[in-house]
Amino acid sequence: MHLDPFIVSRLQFAFTVAFHIIFPAFTIGLGSYLAVLEGLWLLTKREVFRNLYLFWIKVFALAFGMGVVSGVVMSYEFGTNWSVFAVKTGSVLGPLLGYEVLTAFFLEASFLGIMLFGWKRVGPGLHYTATCFVAGGTLFSAFWILSANSWMQTPAGYAVEHGRYVAVDWLKVIFNPSFPSRFAHMVTAAYLTTGMTVLGTSGLLALRGRATEESRTMQRMAIGLVAILAPLQLLIGHESGKVAQAYQPTKVAAMEGWWDTGRQPTILIGWPDDKAETTRVLLQTPKGFGSWVVAGDASAELKGLKAWPKTDRPPSLIPFWAFRFMVGLGLLMIAVGLGGAALWASGRLDRSKLFQWAALASGPSGFAAVICGWMATEVGRQPFVVFGLLRTADAVSPVAAGAVQASLAGFMVVYAIVFSAGVLYIGRLLVLGPQPSEPEPDGHPMPVRRVLVTSTEQGA
Amino acid sequence: MSLDLPLVWAAILAVAVLLYVLLDGFDLGVGALFALATPEERDVMTASIAPVWDGNETWLVLGGGGLFAAFPLAYAVVMPAFYLPIMLMLGALIFRGVAFEFRAHGRRSGRRFWTFAFSAGSITAVLAQGFVLGAFVQGIKVHDQAFAGGPLDWLTPFSCLTAAALTLGYALLGACWLIAKTEGELQLKARRWARRLTVAVAVCMALVSFATLSVNPAVTARWGVSMSHIDWSKLAPLSPAPLLGGLALAWLYLTAGRDQTTYAPYASAAVAFLAGYLGLAISIAPYVAPYQLTLWDCAAKDNALALMLVGVVIMLPVILGYTGFVYWIFRGKAKAEHGYH
Repeated sequence: MHLDPFIVSRLQFAFTVAFHIIFPAFTIGLGSYLAVLEGLWLLTKREVFRNLYLFWIKVFALAFGMGVVSGVVMSYEFGTNWSVFAVKTGSVLGPLLGYEVLTAFFLEASFLGIMLFGWKRVGPGLHYTATCFVAGGTLFSAFWILSANSWMQTPAGYAVEHGRYVAVDWLKVIFNPSFPSRFAHMVTAAYLTTGMTVLGTSGLLALRGRATEESRTMQRMAIGLVAILAPLQLLIGHESGKVAQAYQPTKVAAMEGWWDTGRQPTILIGWPDDKAETTRVLLQTPKGFGSWVVAGDASAELKGLKAWPKTDRPPSLIPFWAFRFMVGLGLLMIAVGLGGAALWASGRLDRSKLFQWAALASGPSGFAAVICGWMATEVGRQPFVVFGLLRTADAVSPVAAGAVQASLAGFMVVYAIVFSAGVLYIGRLLVLGPQPSEPEPDGHPMPVRRVLVTSTEQGA
Repeated sequence: MSLDLPLVWAAILAVAVLLYVLLDGFDLGVGALFALATPEERDVMTASIAPVWDGNETWLVLGGGGLFAAFPLAYAVVMPAFYLPIMLMLGALIFRGVAFEFRAHGRRSGRRFWTFAFSAGSITAVLAQGFVLGAFVQGIKVHDQAFAGGPLDWLTPFSCLTAAALTLGYALLGACWLIAKTEGELQLKARRWARRLTVAVAVCMALVSFATLSVNPAVTARWGVSMSHIDWSKLAPLSPAPLLGGLALAWLYLTAGRDQTTYAPYASAAVAFLAGYLGLAISIAPYVAPYQLTLWDCAAKDNALALMLVGVVIMLPVILGYTGFVYWIFRGKAKAEHGYH
């Protein structure tokens, strides 16, 4: 394979964005969870909520830091690697990203300081406000970035002037056709990611014989969340799929592995082959089932990929399998959530080793589902960067291939180090679990830390 | 109403970049000074910046995002031109950004590694910004509204000089910040650092100023200064900028050593930076991709600029308000145990 700047830029963007998405996917959910925990602590004054808050905020701080630094990269990469995209879409997408910085990034970054270091410096009301602002900031950020990304999937409210896109109706730009369902889908995914992580951690602690009132409480909270949101996510995802069928039928055809037009089956297991223009099927439903799922009508004639010229089709293998993994993981979450709820209702939750193993094993499923979902939707948008308007190949910067190869290699090394260390440190916290008397931050350093003799003591 | 929206946006971004330099400048500078401190002092140093560094770095995102939003063409020309130093800066910022948390979690070797990463990352990030600054002043090769130069165009003797100058300048801001936020032995050290760095920065600013005059005839013409001739009618009205810088550095040198002063050195350093920044603005305005594309050539569509202006008019005072509030909450001297849990 010839490594021209285009291919390497795509690899680099895919790599850096996939690395980045892991952290917001976690911190959006964890931010809201922390707001709930601190609210419950202030409301009920039960120590268990305080301990859970002080435990999860340590995890949050680590994940948030990694999300911030990997996010700064994204705001520059549009220009360094996709400068033609930047020129052509700047007047439409620029304001959306600008509003993200103004309404979300500053809010999160500033109040994070109070949240992490202000426990003893400010009153409980102000500290709780800071937590809520940080949680709100993560949601505002998701709002704007999903709006921008959705515009690239389903552009609306624009006109073309001198080869560049300009907005003619901002509400149509922001609330473009795929935005509402994709925003709901992503935020729910983030909540589920956090829920499954909390659930997995509580399972781990139960299996290691380290279960506490704290870990049992967080397990029940997580089961409640997953049991409600995981089935709901199936419906939201289905809505999102219907919008895609209306506006991006090539993406749906690639995800479903459909080549010929007609009444479509749902292929459960298969291997799509772009060269042979067919999907080798191992297991599928009768014809019409796929049409019914996607269009609500078993007799609907839906287009297959062959209905479009080869140059307008996305590669099918990645969307096909990424979509199947995502749905499979979603079904797993539903099973774990409902199973846990049933055990909880019948009072057998803490005794069921099998469930604790299932919780532990499915702990990372949210992260995997988020990455698979993004791979399906972004590769499914190809060969366009702005669907139907701007081809990815035409959007790339005039940069030397060697420079992009060097930066990609650099990112791989840097992210490998940062990711391993982050996973190690978060892992250590999770294995330890929330303690019955979590130390208060600020003024109560953990035993492993050196205690510095302050200058007043030195002077005395 | 005929508001010159591109001009307004150039002013907004200029302020954002200046705030970035003054704010993230001191926390990057503290990182650059890490190597000179003892392990115990390093904990105080990080504690003094830990609650605010993230907000400081957000001005860099506003700078990058704002350039994309307000001047897409400039963003599209400038970013590829400085591809390698920008990537270097981003990588370095990742290391030093995660190091805040990771230092507290690492055990022996991990902690040593992240201490090094914080220091080296801070220095590398500033150096990269200095290279970008120098290469920006020297100008960008543009053809058909796109970058048309090579991947190493940014690496010149002049950009090496600006990289060194900016690093020393940020270290100066860092030292002044430590004078304000620490006490005892560390504060005494910071005072010594600040005085030495003031001299170094004064020399660098003079060198960069003269070198700037030689990089492009347009700059020489604007200042009215050439090797053989000085046009006082042009230079005189502009002279307050360099004079202000010189005075601020002199004041800084005097106050940094005095026992009672806390915030005065940082304020003086900020004025010196402002003077240098004004000098830069005089040299290159109204170009946003020197000396090819002006801010009006590169501006986004008016309705995009107007929409964002509404956001800025509402949100910027709010942001400045709560940023100030956070600094106020964490006022006073930093102690090691105020930092990481």
